[in-house]
Amino acid sequence: MLEDLGMLWATYNTLIYSIGVHAMLALSIYLTLSCGLLSLGNAAFMGIGAYTSALATMKLGAPFYQALALGALFPAIVALVIGIPTLRLSGVYLAMATLGFGEVMRVVFLNMEITGGAMGLNGVPMKTEFWHVVTAMSLLVYGFVRLRRSKIGRAFEAIKQDEVAAKTMGINTTYYKMLAFVLGAAIAGVAGGLNAHFTYFVSPREYGFDPAVDILTGAILGGTGSFVGPMIGATILALLPELLRFLAEFRLAVNGLILILVVIYLPNGIWDRRLLAWCRPWGKADTEGEAEEVPCLVSKG
Amino acid sequence: MFGQQVANAIALGSVYALFALGFTLVFGVLEVINLSHGAVFMLGAYAALVLVAKTNVGIWLALPIAMLGSGILGLVIDQVMLKPLRARRAHHLMPMIATIGAAIFLTNVAQGLFGAEVLRFPPGTIPELSFQVGEVHVTALQLSIVLLSLSLMAGLVLVLKRTRLGKAVRAVAESPQTAHLLGVNVEVVFALVCFTAAAFGGGAGVLIGLSFNAIFPFMGQPLLPKGVAAIILGGMGDVRGAMVGGLFLGIVEVMSVAYLSSDYRDAVAFGLLFVILLIRPSGLFGQVVERKA
Amino acid sequence: MLGIEGLSKRFGGLRVLDGVSFKVPEGSIYGLIGPNGAGKTTLFNVVTGLLNPTAGTVSLGDRELTRLPAHKITRAGIGRTFQNIRIFPQMTLLENVMVGMHDQLSYGLVSTLLAFPYHRREERKARERALELLSWVNLEGKATLEAGGLSYGEQRKVELARALATEPRVLLVDEPAAGMNPAETEELMTQLQNINGRGYTILLIEHDMRLVMGVCHGITVLNFGRLIASGTPEEIREDPQVIEAYLGKDDGDGGVLAQDQ
Repeated sequence: MLEDLGMLWATYNTLIYSIGVHAMLALSIYLTLSCGLLSLGNAAFMGIGAYTSALATMKLGAPFYQALALGALFPAIVALVIGIPTLRLSGVYLAMATLGFGEVMRVVFLNMEITGGAMGLNGVPMKTEFWHVVTAMSLLVYGFVRLRRSKIGRAFEAIKQDEVAAKTMGINTTYYKMLAFVLGAAIAGVAGGLNAHFTYFVSPREYGFDPAVDILTGAILGGTGSFVGPMIGATILALLPELLRFLAEFRLAVNGLILILVVIYLPNGIWDRRLLAWCRPWGKADTEGEAEEVPCLVSKG
Repeated sequence: MFGQQVANAIALGSVYALFALGFTLVFGVLEVINLSHGAVFMLGAYAALVLVAKTNVGIWLALPIAMLGSGILGLVIDQVMLKPLRARRAHHLMPMIATIGAAIFLTNVAQGLFGAEVLRFPPGTIPELSFQVGEVHVTALQLSIVLLSLSLMAGLVLVLKRTRLGKAVRAVAESPQTAHLLGVNVEVVFALVCFTAAAFGGGAGVLIGLSFNAIFPFMGQPLLPKGVAAIILGGMGDVRGAMVGGLFLGIVEVMSVAYLSSDYRDAVAFGLLFVILLIRPSGLFGQVVERKA
Repeated sequence: MLGIEGLSKRFGGLRVLDGVSFKVPEGSIYGLIGPNGAGKTTLFNVVTGLLNPTAGTVSLGDRELTRLPAHKITRAGIGRTFQNIRIFPQMTLLENVMVGMHDQLSYGLVSTLLAFPYHRREERKARERALELLSWVNLEGKATLEAGGLSYGEQRKVELARALATEPRVLLVDEPAAGMNPAETEELMTQLQNINGRGYTILLIEHDMRLVMGVCHGITVLNFGRLIASGTPEEIREDPQVIEAYLGKDDGDGGVLAQDQ
């Protein structure tokens, strides 16, 4: 039995790592979506994190954790710079600014000498262990659970549902949007750092527009009502190419189709509390009237 | 040399303006950021290529046919994707996300059908003529591009300003509810705008495909941020602004390639975009959007 | 208490507000009425910081609030409800009201993440207060239901409770009786008076004249962005300019001001 597990691991560990890292990326985009923001640049942030931390270990000889920290810090700073002019405007501007930003980073990664140009960075020390990924994910999940049941989580949700009303509630919407965006960038950066030190190679192609859209698709597919949805969606999308091999070049077209179908027909994604009404992780035993029970943003104690 | 760059810049800028115009029309009237505009642009180019290469149709007929096809595609996108979302009063970011899906779908289908390699128009598609204007060497291609783009844009502006249809479109852009109350068939206007915008996008695709003689599935991708930069520069939803923005962008890009570095060509647009957002987010012609209650 | 001085707002060439000045006395229920399009909601939007005025000032007590960002104005003590009801449809009633308590909660990110007891205590106090506010509008029984599924009238009440959660010194209420039947309007009148009785100053936009005449201590009338009258309900009822504004001519019988809407 243990031998079988061992073999399973040997065959699929890359996939599992990949899922783990992409789940982190999904959480990063979830954070911004939970505040009503659409960032198409989280893959680029992941790339900045990957390159920064890889360069830190390779060129500066930095210890792993410090390198990861740098990989979180740099994207956060860039996010701050992008956010300042755009976040005081409507969310549409952020979406477009991050679209442009993703494109710029693609060009930068491809052309800068320090990032190894089109060849990327090779020979990144393999430092990521599985438990690193698990720990990071657990910390993140814990953080999200705590955030939900706090004024910060409620502020995000309020901004997402009605920004004008949120302002009138005394919420400094620009500050919270910035918080979501910058934290999201930092999380993406850590994911990038972990990824780089696992695949020992940083490729400019991995962090462009396409991965950003993949993650978005995963988040929407899974459902943006809670942090669980995007992780599920990301996992499904990571596994999909394996299942759809027979479609060859048209495989990726399916992703686009999924996105369209989900947006139109399944707007709350798969992990939608209405769909899962028979299974209530949070719910109470009774429901009054026609209005619904929903997972609580309020601490019980 | 400088004059030459200006000629190149104007040619490129007028196509960017055409592309940006389609983009801004959909935003101004439907309030949707249509990120499939780049894919429609690309398919327009492929359509023209197929027509020219596989049939005896010359480029001058292939262009309008490609534009028609693109227009129909834009119409389909509106009816199949955007209309149900309107009916459902979905969150305003949803249509944009749906158009991303459409872009992915169309781009990958194109790649599956045509392959990822760069394809070229057969030689002789455009006559190899050129004119000397002073020191500047203007090709027939550049001339046609500028003339075509300008006439299409002028045509659009005329329709918008002088015809009843144009008035209806402007009314819907201002407020769909009010326009509806005044008797305008808002859905028809939406459909028409999507058709026209896509036709312009497809046309721009053909022209860019001819300019660089390169057609490949991802050719629309760098154009989206440029379209975005153009409309933010000119003022979101403003028709004049899109044209000026596109032109300006083309000029800046050509100049930066000529005098700075060509590697970062695609990044110029974003740099510009960022600067505008910092200084004057409403753009040249737009109005500062008052926070609504 | 709430001072509006020379407030003007122009949209392009359109003067939506033109030199409006009046004061809302502390502890009163004050009405703001006028025909549709008179600029009443615009006035609310300017006072709450969602719009910047072209001219004029807004002050609360002796503190000037003009041009402050909306969230700071709320913190200074101005709460509001919206004409079109802007509750958060996908949150429970309890959560909606707790959003209003945002500024009353002083814990930060670190406390939240590390689950300090301070955080827990604050959350619990907030929850209790939210339930209390919901009880003022008789909705505490539905606290855990999703707001989007409630009836129109109930959603209005939730908005009231939520606005109260911001601990306002002045509460701006925008057409609370819209769409209500007479029984609901009666209940609303009582609730408004109760809230006022607890010490909250209320500035009320409303079309239902029975409600306005019934609860307001003072009234200001706007028409075409200008103030045309200010005074007690009796004075306003008799004022010929007001009557003309509502009817278009003076036919002597008080017209719409004497009837139910």
